[in-house]
Amino acid sequence: MSLPVLLFAVVATITACSALGVVLARNVVRMAVWLLFTLVGVSLLYFLLGAEFVGATQLIVYVGGTLILIVFGVMLTAQAPLREMRTRPAEWLVGGLVGALLFGLLVAVSYQIAFPPSDHALAGVAPLGLTFLGVTDASPTGDVTGVPTGVTVPRTPVAYLLPFEIVSVHLLVVLVGAAYLARAKRRVRS
Amino acid sequence: MSELGIQPFLVLSAFLFACGVVCVASKRNAIGVLMGVELILNAANVNLVAFARFNPAFRLDGQVFALLVIVLAAAEAAVALAIILNFYNNHGTVDVDSADELQG
Repeated sequence: MSLPVLLFAVVATITACSALGVVLARNVVRMAVWLLFTLVGVSLLYFLLGAEFVGATQLIVYVGGTLILIVFGVMLTAQAPLREMRTRPAEWLVGGLVGALLFGLLVAVSYQIAFPPSDHALAGVAPLGLTFLGVTDASPTGDVTGVPTGVTVPRTPVAYLLPFEIVSVHLLVVLVGAAYLARAKRRVRS
Repeated sequence: MSELGIQPFLVLSAFLFACGVVCVASKRNAIGVLMGVELILNAANVNLVAFARFNPAFRLDGQVFALLVIVLAAAEAAVALAIILNFYNNHGTVDVDSADELQG
């Protein structure tokens, strides 16, 4: 067993067990802690795949930002009766059934895709940034997938300047709106 | 890495997705539902980065999409928490079963 396989086994086990912990924990504070371990495990998975920038962004934005936000939400709303809310067994049954069916379907589909084992190093940070700036074509050597061999389909050059700008303006608008929605108000009832 | 293949990543992603769906379906705390949505988005991200690694046509696109999804997930969490805090201020609870004022 080589080192990548061993590392993947360890990281995948930690991530899967933490995700299971999120589902099974009843206390919402413990759910947040399990979610922390899941997000860190996913970021380690990105590092393992060679996507350093995505892994670092996952650590900074998800673990450092989104999870802190969730923990603050838990702290602001955690009263004794709300911290642990029981789910009815029928709901567990239906949810678990749907989850197991989805898992089986996705695993079956993922083992059906005939994929050439072409392992190639991921693009580093510099091509990623240039793509976001719109300077370079995103994947100049990439072929259009899903066409028969021997057929060449012309592909248009792609760069991601416009989506990047749209997402940044969207984030600004959403954060202003969230701050407006969550501003301190007089409590109406209770 | 090549002896590992893409399938283990897809299976792990499917497991995360199933966990997120069960979380969304069975949690009664609204913040628990939000955590389930985060799990689902992470599962999609694992798929995107895995395909970027193992398919040359997606070597940059997968990472770009993953980054956009991370940013959009942060925005979604901010809005969802604002709504949950508003709901808590108005009703004194975060139980999603009690948010039934729109039913006829």
